[in-house]
Amino acid sequence: MTSMRLSLSNVSKEFNRRSIFRDVSFTLGGGDSLVITGRNGSGKSTLVKIICGLLTPTRGTITYSFEGKSIEHDNVRNHIGLVSPYLQLYDEFSGLENLELLSQIRSDRVLEKGRIEEVLNDVGLWERRRDFLRTYSSGMRQRLKYAFALVHKPDILVLDEPTSNLDADGVEMVNRRVTEQKQDSILIVATNDAEESTWCAKKIELGGKV
Amino acid sequence: MSAISSTLALIRKDVHSELRTRYALNALLMFVVTAVSTIVFALRSDQPTSSVLSGLYWVVVFFTAMSGLSRTFVSEEERGTTMTLQLVATPSTVYFAKLLFNTALTFALTIAVTILYMTVFSNAFVIKTMSIFIGTVVLGSLGFASASTIIAAIVAKANTRGTLYPVLSFPILIVLLMTVMGATTKALDGEELSSALGDFQILVGYILAMTGGSYLLFDYVWKD
Repeated sequence: MTSMRLSLSNVSKEFNRRSIFRDVSFTLGGGDSLVITGRNGSGKSTLVKIICGLLTPTRGTITYSFEGKSIEHDNVRNHIGLVSPYLQLYDEFSGLENLELLSQIRSDRVLEKGRIEEVLNDVGLWERRRDFLRTYSSGMRQRLKYAFALVHKPDILVLDEPTSNLDADGVEMVNRRVTEQKQDSILIVATNDAEESTWCAKKIELGGKV
Repeated sequence: MSAISSTLALIRKDVHSELRTRYALNALLMFVVTAVSTIVFALRSDQPTSSVLSGLYWVVVFFTAMSGLSRTFVSEEERGTTMTLQLVATPSTVYFAKLLFNTALTFALTIAVTILYMTVFSNAFVIKTMSIFIGTVVLGSLGFASASTIIAAIVAKANTRGTLYPVLSFPILIVLLMTVMGATTKALDGEELSSALGDFQILVGYILAMTGGSYLLFDYVWKD
């Protein structure tokens, strides 16, 4: 069970004085799962980016701790895996190269030997690992995003529209990953899909509180 | 040590990416060839003075850099990979990797321009004090890169990137341009190395100020 804890306290976000959401608060630890729902434009993806440290909140605080010690914002990236429609990988590299290069850049977490092979097999892309990303279909790109998110065994897995572009096998793969993640890590899902909303124990509808 | 290895990995990524896409290289090379050709046709058989040649040299470098150096950040925004980089690398890693990549690109650019100038102006572009010229090119490349990198990061977030980059760059680079042009003139005129030490001090001060200020500001530019 991960000792990671994530806590948001009265987090609000505004863009050009337009309020996206206000006073979002929750605390998650190992084994917790949270679904973020809301109508289009309610700020689900914005909240996801704030949780991942990609955006700063206008008001409120977000804190991360691991093994009882506070984690600095810049180091949070080592503990988070993100799958999002806004995330893009490099078309001029193969699937394997994307994972190798990006893992080398994120060098704080040394990968176990064979880890990249393991995740590529898990997401069903091993056979296409040497093909350039520009030759991948949208579903394959989504699978590679899962490989990228999972390769460093994140303590917090954040999924924004988790099954978009995926076929039945892909959805099954996601279900397996979600089940594993919920057992001992933190899972956060942003979705409007009714079935995906049932994956998580806690729910927040933007505009409301947990 | 992990920050250094992370920075080197990001530079390797940029080098591999550039070799495969030629995103900046093609623009730089074409601009150099076009600019130098235009100058040759304009001057015809005239023999320009050393000060005119040094000015034309750095004008070509400046405008070529304007067309290419911004792409290190603009390409990430256009391809949507900025978020990916934000997820895997700290802001300081991204800044230093892009700075070193831009420095190498600018240095390669100055070498290309030098070779072209020595070819087409073989009688006039004769480097009599090589130490001054090498010092000017190295420090000038670093200076261009240190200013251009932070401006590129700012411009990449804007909508009107094409016009904004040279508009923001020129006032910041004018001091650098004047200094490197003066030092290059001394190299072509065969002056002693000691005569250029003042120029080198200005360049070193410029690089330190730009790099230090950029490092402190980059976090605010890189993150939304």
